[in-house]
Amino acid sequence: MVKRHFDYEEKYKNLQGKFEELQELSRNLQFDLTDEFKLMEEKMKDIRDNKYQNLTPWEKILLSRHLERPTVRDYIQFIFDDWIELHGDRTYGDDRAVIGGIANFRGIPVTVLGHQKGRGTNENLENNFGMPHPEGYRKVERLILQAEKFKRPVLTFIDTPGAYPGVGAEERGQAGAIARVLMTLSSLKVPIISTVTGEGGSGGALALAVCDRLLMLSNSVFSVASAEACASIIWKDAGRAEEMAAALKLTARDIKELGVADEIIEEPMGGAHKDFEATAKNLQDRLCRNLKELLALESQELIQQRYTRLRQIGRFQEN
Amino acid sequence: MLKSAFGKQKLIPIPGSREYMERTEKDLGLGKCPSCSRRVSELELKENHKVCPDCQYHFSMTAWERIQLMADPGTFQEFNSDLRSLNILDFPGYDEKLDAAVNQTGLKEALVTGQCTISGYPVILGTMDSRFMMASMGSVVGEKVCRAVEMAGDLKIPLILCAASGGARMQEGMLSLMQMAKTSAVLDKFHRQGLLYMALLTNPTTGGVSASFASLADIILAEPGALIGFAGPRVIKQTISEILPADFQKAEFMLKHGMVDKIVNRLVLKDTVESLLRLHLGGNNG
Ligand SMILES: [Zn+2]
Repeated sequence: MVKRHFDYEEKYKNLQGKFEELQELSRNLQFDLTDEFKLMEEKMKDIRDNKYQNLTPWEKILLSRHLERPTVRDYIQFIFDDWIELHGDRTYGDDRAVIGGIANFRGIPVTVLGHQKGRGTNENLENNFGMPHPEGYRKVERLILQAEKFKRPVLTFIDTPGAYPGVGAEERGQAGAIARVLMTLSSLKVPIISTVTGEGGSGGALALAVCDRLLMLSNSVFSVASAEACASIIWKDAGRAEEMAAALKLTARDIKELGVADEIIEEPMGGAHKDFEATAKNLQDRLCRNLKELLALESQELIQQRYTRLRQIGRFQEN
Repeated sequence: MLKSAFGKQKLIPIPGSREYMERTEKDLGLGKCPSCSRRVSELELKENHKVCPDCQYHFSMTAWERIQLMADPGTFQEFNSDLRSLNILDFPGYDEKLDAAVNQTGLKEALVTGQCTISGYPVILGTMDSRFMMASMGSVVGEKVCRAVEMAGDLKIPLILCAASGGARMQEGMLSLMQMAKTSAVLDKFHRQGLLYMALLTNPTTGGVSASFASLADIILAEPGALIGFAGPRVIKQTISEILPADFQKAEFMLKHGMVDKIVNRLVLKDTVESLLRLHLGGNNG
């Protein structure tokens, strides 16, 4: 049975509630509940020390999709000033699953792009669960070329299960739209920093992750396809998603070890939603430091470094 | 069309799916066209470049059959043939799958690349072989694509890639996904040199290959009936739980929606490629 919910916080909350209740009770009735308190404290400590500190890859996936997890828009609003959202691909429509615009980042005008998941059913339907259609990728292409024209650095935020698999998406050229963004980003003349804030799923996520620096929040994941899809395709058993999550090496630490991610941003215990401001502040500082480093490079050097970075990815034997 | 091929069987495999490919191969062995049920002999098929003489159904070609079809006889010089995949993630069962694919196909990976002439024009030619783990793109396929592009760039000659792929090689995880970005970056450089890149999309071209190098050609050709798309039809069916349009994601559908330049019957493929080369490079008949 695949675990579907990230349940420690529920347990923790319950324990904490009971603990306080009992404390109240023991004060009023003067019972000696020292042993019970000790036991509960140990249980709570166990969750803090062992569960939260040692999340399995599958638990990280669940956490990356947590309903309370901050969305990209939350980060944008915290990190930037004067955020002005720009809409549409000028061809077909405005995709709500990927948002973009211009903002001020500590005095520097930047172009900001990111996948937008919703909170709750209505918002999620409006944002199509953060799964873009081709018009979303064409909007991205339009805005990154605009960023290049005005020499604005590009900051992207990744949080999507993947590009939307649907009839309309295929009719309007999902594959080509993603491919062109990959190609355009690869030689864009301005710095690009990408951050995976939640779920990085397949090519639909990768289209925003061709960059000079890839940052990942510590509970975010990046995967070639969802663990469920991989399990059902390779093992013909979606029920083995948990096992697949471990096999795919998709946690932030794995991705860094594979040489794809550059930095991991530690989240507070229990996940980014436990202390959004601290997480966002931390991310803001890291973005600032990385951007400063990249702005010191000549455009030619920047592109050359990005090219080398992409070109060397992959491991194989040759003999 | 498909229904007649599989007779009374209830389960009709979705074109491009593994079951479909396996069924097709089996039917091929039985000497029956999966589209019109006509009995075809191996020899007949071979002489007709694996195209059904009656209904023009295009059977899958191996990488080397494709090379024979396109390259001038005796001119193909393979390069980078010794690149082999590693089980980087220590993924369960991947070594065995690779061994089985190597044994079954005699290839070391799902893509064969080399230099040859086509009607006298020197080109770099790459062909994928869907028998090799559905020609999924891992580190080796990505690297071989890049080296082929770079070779064409160095020699300043056209590049022709014949795609057939189920998508990313999941067993290589993130490194396989990144091959999409890597091949796209290398092609960006190639295009800046003003050189010609033509892609031929064959059955099936989906996932990470369709969303990277296969879609980034100057001219995109497709074989009749080939499944082309980003998401596989099975995934889409699961997501939207609707009946899909009859020709959904077929080459003809993609032509109608503006995703490919031209559908080319295999029997005139070489002529078409020759014309395109002549239009770009000049000369009379090479
Ligand atoms: Zn036939």
